[in-house]
Amino acid sequence: MSQARTSTRRTIAAHAVLITYTLIALFPVFVVVINSFKSRKAIFSEPLALPSASTFDAVGYRTVLEQGDFLLYFQNSLTVTVASLFFVLLFGAMAAFALSEYRFRGNLLMGLYLALGIMIPIRLGTVAILQMMVAGGLVNTLTALILVYTAQGLPLAVFILSEFMRGVSDDLKSAGRIDGLSEYRIFFTLVLPLIRPAMATVAVFTMIPIWNDLWFPLILAPAESSKTVTLGSQVFIGQFVTNWNAVLAALSLAILPVLVLYLAFSRQLIRGITAGAVK
Amino acid sequence: MGALTLSNVTKSFGAVEVIKGVDLEVAEGEFCVFVGPSGCGKSTLLRMIAGLEDVTSGEVKIGDRRVNDLAPAKREIAMVFQSYALYPHLTVEGNMGLALKQAHVPKAEIAASIGRAADMLGLEPLLARRPAELSGGQRQRVAIGRAIVRTPKLFLFDEPLSNLDAALRVQTRIEIARLHRDLGATMIYVTHDQIEAMTLAHKIVVLNAGRIEQVGAPMDVYNDPDNAFVAGFIGSPKMNFLDAAALGQQGASLGIRPEHLAISRDQGPIAGTVSHIEKLGSETLVYVHAEPHGLLTVRLFGEHDFAVNEAVRLTPDPARTFHFDASGKRLR
Ligand SMILES: Nc1ncnc2c1ncn2[C@@H]1O[C@H](COP(=O)(O)OP(=O)(O)O)[C@@H](O)[C@H]1O
Ligand SMILES: [Mg+2]
Repeated sequence: MSQARTSTRRTIAAHAVLITYTLIALFPVFVVVINSFKSRKAIFSEPLALPSASTFDAVGYRTVLEQGDFLLYFQNSLTVTVASLFFVLLFGAMAAFALSEYRFRGNLLMGLYLALGIMIPIRLGTVAILQMMVAGGLVNTLTALILVYTAQGLPLAVFILSEFMRGVSDDLKSAGRIDGLSEYRIFFTLVLPLIRPAMATVAVFTMIPIWNDLWFPLILAPAESSKTVTLGSQVFIGQFVTNWNAVLAALSLAILPVLVLYLAFSRQLIRGITAGAVK
Repeated sequence: MGALTLSNVTKSFGAVEVIKGVDLEVAEGEFCVFVGPSGCGKSTLLRMIAGLEDVTSGEVKIGDRRVNDLAPAKREIAMVFQSYALYPHLTVEGNMGLALKQAHVPKAEIAASIGRAADMLGLEPLLARRPAELSGGQRQRVAIGRAIVRTPKLFLFDEPLSNLDAALRVQTRIEIARLHRDLGATMIYVTHDQIEAMTLAHKIVVLNAGRIEQVGAPMDVYNDPDNAFVAGFIGSPKMNFLDAAALGQQGASLGIRPEHLAISRDQGPIAGTVSHIEKLGSETLVYVHAEPHGLLTVRLFGEHDFAVNEAVRLTPDPARTFHFDASGKRLR
């Protein structure tokens, strides 16, 4: 009985720590969001106060939305993120399947080579990438960004997914082969559904850096037509140094799509993190 | 013509040779059981027959067709796995019909095949369920049903009962034997459990470390083992091996089954002390420590009383002893 009580106390302590961490992590987001609804004067005089009737001002959002391009930036970010995510998951899972399922010469070396990208940041190759994109005529296109982000996301995806692929029952794949399913059918209908939690985990880890990235959009696609949200709001800072309303509003809006994608994956993600806890 | 012929089949994983030259012929309609300790290569051999593993050298023939390079789906076989391996996203009906659907069999024919198989195994009430909604025993019956639907030339079973509890295991074992009688199909069955092997097989293939030790009918293997490994592996409780020299007999060791060893308090050539006694009602197992032979098992029918540490004497039945040389080979 005393043990039960200590464990309650421990639970409370754990929750206290976690709640504190959550508050600290969410605080900047909270400040950005509340200030985006305040007038400029109020932002500077009382940055931590909630917007009241007298300080409420949606001028930031009006500026952002009237600036017609901003919708385009949004669209660009979304296209780049979703397309990269799709390719990372598709190719990552396929490579992981090949590495974990087939015995071929150089299997281990290939696995190591693919995992190398986890340790070497892709930005080291920026100059070469830029030269390649120039040569390929891909500068200022979303394709350039999608290609780079796919390459950037693949190593971790292959690494995590091949671990999970090894856990998929051999017998199930054997049964599929005996029943005459093609390797593609085995991969898509038998294996992929079983590693959905791992896919969601990889999706979240891949998506956030892509959405937030400033580096590659700035270098590879700074044109008006191919700007992403992050780059677009940076330019706000440059052009309207004093227009904090617009910057905060743009940032607040930029959180929304990530939030939606995250919620879409999170149910799977939690299952992924706790997988094996029950068995 | 055999239903399955293996000629000098070997298998290596990298540098490790796992199957070291197997020759075997299985006749049409035969129930053949591969039995051996864990890790001896039973599953590997079965997977080679199924086409799930490449054959390193040698030849595999199903019927009179060489199948070494044929895809599993083209070999007209069906396999039942220890872990059931049902498709989680399909209903029982979908699971059972998938192979025929892949082979472009007309819908009506598939439905008829599923109906027949479901009828044999009593699966009709489960047809619309998914594997997650079934118990372990039901899942294995569905897996067996999935194999029957294909009407294969060869049924392959890889330890199909190992995940079931004891009562269900006996029941499913009887069901498999009945299916074999009803279908008259050729079946290859892998198990590490010699009781399953003895009760199901027409032909037992005893494997050890990638080699066949002996092939024969269950009673032949039991009554006339070729070597000490087979003698020790088949039969429960295990055969006793006595030191032949200490008894003035030929060979290195003398094998005697626990039921052929008489025990008494005052007479017999082997002296020992009782170290443990197990009473099972219908029989009593007495474990006797005797120098220089080690721990010996004596099996008595009915109830008997011996005290632990009591001095006893044992007499082997001379007509029931087996002589083995130092390498384990039977001396006849
Ligand atoms: N894919 C593989 N790669 C390497 N070694 C393997 C592989 N599959 C099986 N083995 C080895 O082959 C031996 C026989 O395995 P297996 O056929 O599964 O034994 P059994 O079914 O009799 O228990 C074991 O020593 C095992 O470690
Ligand atoms: Mg096995």
